[in-house]
Amino acid sequence: MMPDLGKYAEAVLSSYGVSIALLVVLVWASLRRARRVKKQLEDIESKAKRDG
Amino acid sequence: MNLNALWAYANPKKFIQATDRVLPWISILAIVSLVVGLVWGFFFTPEDYRQGSTVKIIYIHVPSALMAINAWLMMLVTSLVWIVRRHHVSALAARAAAPVGAVMTVIALATGAIWGQPMWGTWWAWDPRLTSFLILFLFYLGYMALWAAIEDDDTAADLTSILCLVGSVFALLSRYAVNFWNQGLHQGASLSLDKEENVADVFYYPLLVCIAGFVLLFIALVFLRTQTEIRARRTRALLARERMG
Repeated sequence: MMPDLGKYAEAVLSSYGVSIALLVVLVWASLRRARRVKKQLEDIESKAKRDG
Repeated sequence: MNLNALWAYANPKKFIQATDRVLPWISILAIVSLVVGLVWGFFFTPEDYRQGSTVKIIYIHVPSALMAINAWLMMLVTSLVWIVRRHHVSALAARAAAPVGAVMTVIALATGAIWGQPMWGTWWAWDPRLTSFLILFLFYLGYMALWAAIEDDDTAADLTSILCLVGSVFALLSRYAVNFWNQGLHQGASLSLDKEENVADVFYYPLLVCIAGFVLLFIALVFLRTQTEIRARRTRALLARERMG
């Protein structure tokens, strides 16, 4: 299944590895911050509602 | 289509509602396009007669370079909307796009260096396109640092918008450097409206799918991150109100 990359295997695989890792970190960090900020806002809004 | 209807999305609540509806679909399409494009390109395309298997790097390098430039151009448009119409959502969308564009630029630079080493015999050359790309990356860093350094959101949006206008010169240079200066190691564009100048069809079609995947991923991330910036801004406003009693 794995194609024969010959003498350039290291270059091709490291390109894919670095890029996919960077994209995964970017998506993970975006989702993590999105959840955290959403929760923080919900807490503040519900507290504001409670306090009138 | 009534273009004036677009201004309705300058309302933060309406923007969040609308993007919430489309975000799951865009995300699924992005993942499917990326998986199909990368698997097709990596496993099912032949080697190039000159570049050998390194040609497979094209499926990451070209889409990320395209997005690095177009992310900045999107930031330029939203910055101009902020300067002219003072819609907060547009300024926050520019802020949200910057880290995504910066990562795309890093990917383009890193894969370019890895590809360049076996093909040109060097990781780096002060070639017009490479140099303008590096400067574009520095502009991304400066843009994000400026947003982080200024407490008042409106002042930050004003100053970063001006920086974005200046940086646009390098975004355009990154795209057209090869045409402006007929020198350097970097080849001309891999994609063109002129079919004769395109890469061979066997590489072209999986490349188009990968580009679609990167574009959709960019849109999904910008929607998500803009929602986050809108909520973060509201949180800061509520906390400030609370502090003032």
